[in-house]
Amino acid sequence: MPLFLTDEQSMLRDTARQFVAVTAPISHMRSLRDARDPAGFDRDLWKQFAEMGFTAILIPEGEGGLGLGHVEAGVVLEEIGRNLTPSPFLSTAVTAVTALKPGSADLRQIWFSRIAAGEAVAALAVDEGAKHRPAQIALKAERSGNGFRLTGAKSFVPLGHVADLIVVAARTAGSPGDTDGITLFAVDKGAAGLTATPERLADASVAAQLRLEGVELDADAVIGEVDQGWPGLSRILSAGRVGASSEMLGVGGGAMDMTIGYLKERRQFGVPIGSFQALQHRAAHLYSEMEVARAAVLKAQQLLDADDPGADRAALVAKAMTGLAATLAVQEGVQMHGGIGMTDEYDIGFYMKRGRLLAELFGDTNWAADQLARMSGY
Amino acid sequence: MSDPEAFRAETRAWLEANCPPAMRQPVRGEGDIVWGGRKAQLSADQKAWLDAMASRGWTVPDWPKDYGGGGLSPEETKILRQEMARLGCRNPLNSFGISMLGPALLKYGTEAQKKRFLPEIARGEIRWCQGYSEPNAGSDLAGLQTSAEDKGDHFLVNGQKVWTSYADKADWIFCLVRTSRESKHNGISFLLFDMESPGVSTKPILLISGYSPFCETFFDNVEVPKDQLVGELNKGWDVAKYLLGHEREMISGMGLGGGGLGSGGPAALAEDAKRTIGVDAEGRLADPLLRAQMALFEVRERAFRAMSEKFMDELKNGRAHPAQPSMMKYYGTELNKARYELVMAAGGSDALEWESAGSANGAKARAWLRTKANSIEGGTSEIQLNIIAKRILELPGT
Repeated sequence: MPLFLTDEQSMLRDTARQFVAVTAPISHMRSLRDARDPAGFDRDLWKQFAEMGFTAILIPEGEGGLGLGHVEAGVVLEEIGRNLTPSPFLSTAVTAVTALKPGSADLRQIWFSRIAAGEAVAALAVDEGAKHRPAQIALKAERSGNGFRLTGAKSFVPLGHVADLIVVAARTAGSPGDTDGITLFAVDKGAAGLTATPERLADASVAAQLRLEGVELDADAVIGEVDQGWPGLSRILSAGRVGASSEMLGVGGGAMDMTIGYLKERRQFGVPIGSFQALQHRAAHLYSEMEVARAAVLKAQQLLDADDPGADRAALVAKAMTGLAATLAVQEGVQMHGGIGMTDEYDIGFYMKRGRLLAELFGDTNWAADQLARMSGY
Repeated sequence: MSDPEAFRAETRAWLEANCPPAMRQPVRGEGDIVWGGRKAQLSADQKAWLDAMASRGWTVPDWPKDYGGGGLSPEETKILRQEMARLGCRNPLNSFGISMLGPALLKYGTEAQKKRFLPEIARGEIRWCQGYSEPNAGSDLAGLQTSAEDKGDHFLVNGQKVWTSYADKADWIFCLVRTSRESKHNGISFLLFDMESPGVSTKPILLISGYSPFCETFFDNVEVPKDQLVGELNKGWDVAKYLLGHEREMISGMGLGGGGLGSGGPAALAEDAKRTIGVDAEGRLADPLLRAQMALFEVRERAFRAMSEKFMDELKNGRAHPAQPSMMKYYGTELNKARYELVMAAGGSDALEWESAGSANGAKARAWLRTKANSIEGGTSEIQLNIIAKRILELPGT
């Protein structure tokens, strides 16, 4: 398969680009922020995403979805990133759907239809500290009656305060650091013993700290095999990394386009500042980094869609590379805008904030690069 | 195309049957690279492999069959390359004729020129060198002064070129000459001629690597028949730029290790570093800062591998931006220089040995120094950034 978008994928991209730019431009995010909107996203917009078919992209065809892949999901995520749209898309249509695929028929039936209809949003609860260290999961799930009893805490759960479904990675055996002994659970909103404390973050999005104090779950809340959740979790995290990378391409690309536009328009010393070689070379270097990141992301998406054994490694490459490129894009963006780039009134700073969050989500560049080093034996 | 998987199976079987085992061993150095040409001395295996591939047109799989190519579609060409990589097949023929001149002739050559030169290139019977840079025309290439005077039935060429790669080993040269002084860019023409023509002489230049792959090339009243002009008179700059795009594409391949010492990838680099530095309690390379540098290099290297695949797919399907080779060249060459800095750091003082048998005559140090030319030859990194800024980002001129 050639490493560029097919005609159908390009059409989807054009549709998504038009739709997101019109319904949820940066001003949409700004108004939610200014209103201190407690949910952190707009449910009506989420409904519209569903009407466009976007929320059902990864859901199998026989189960009410479109049966498309991560390339298509990425096309939508890139536009979300470009417009800095607050959206449950990544946690719901990508990581939750990926998590549920190996789940029971019951779980799939309940959640796929609600996600496809834009009636449910989901969250993923993995991290327990300030940095992504998935093998360090300590949140305990003990056998209790017919099911399990969950006790512990989760941090940095985007939309965890409003999610109808929370996919929780818990430890049923072993100790923190072991990859054996992890089990995935589907936890409903409002489960007894679950408290979610929302935290507004620098980019105006909302993530929750979760406390689970003896949350009782039936055995049918288990997704996949007890104690053997690591491969499934890895798959979810790879999908999440690639999805976050797609969104970062939008964030970095949006910041870059805005900056190149500014270089052409802003005049000093009687000429456009974009005519200065010092800035031209930095802009051209940035373009190169973004192009390479884009290729890494598309490769990872195609490998995920082909169920290729190299997909997990490619997802780490994509995450690390987009972290480097998008971070450069937002930093150059603010610097090249000069003083106006530091103002809240101008949009470029929003790219910097969103880029920082996405760089951290599911493992930052340093962590992903270190995983690659381990895979290569150093 | 008929059926990609049938083509893949047939190709795999043919390669298994026709690629000699010795030609499936990694390239160990310059001596293992087949450049072809009148003076080439090939081993029996090298010759068998070259002839087998040339008989199917697969030294240039996507050129038309009429000119010695394989007539394969972009997808078939990609499958052939994947299957060659899977089996570890060496490139049967490396050649500036294939990577640079051929594409330019296909676009700008007359039918007679294509029929005359392309099949020879495809079979590895002719080795070409590139007459571009001059002592006073480096980054400002269009300022070149080597002249070609119209003498009725021939051009008379006088002047000097520099940094001519392998001029002393080449059979023919593709050469930029000045045919008019009225316009800088519209006074350049593109000529082909035999390096054995009377009046051509070469002088190798000793480089910091201790090798002399580049030459000074002198032209003293060289007579060139008029049918060896490619494209229109005074319109050679178009041909030159088109060819440069292909040269940059070729050089960008260095970013993947270029089939040489660095092609073992990060894992091979790590083995060397563990040998010189040792490992920690977890069995990981004991120098955490070098490890971090290697890991970040590995990110870019793997990402660039995807970029190369994407670029080739776009190029072969007519979707690449015409200036995108500049981005590929810039990124690939900077990456290759970074790779060899790590090769040297991993090797420590062992990598500095210059003459010992154990170091294969200083292979690492010499390759490290050679890579420094990557971001200069074929247009410097700074020139590539200028091109990206102007042609892709459309930033204003000064």
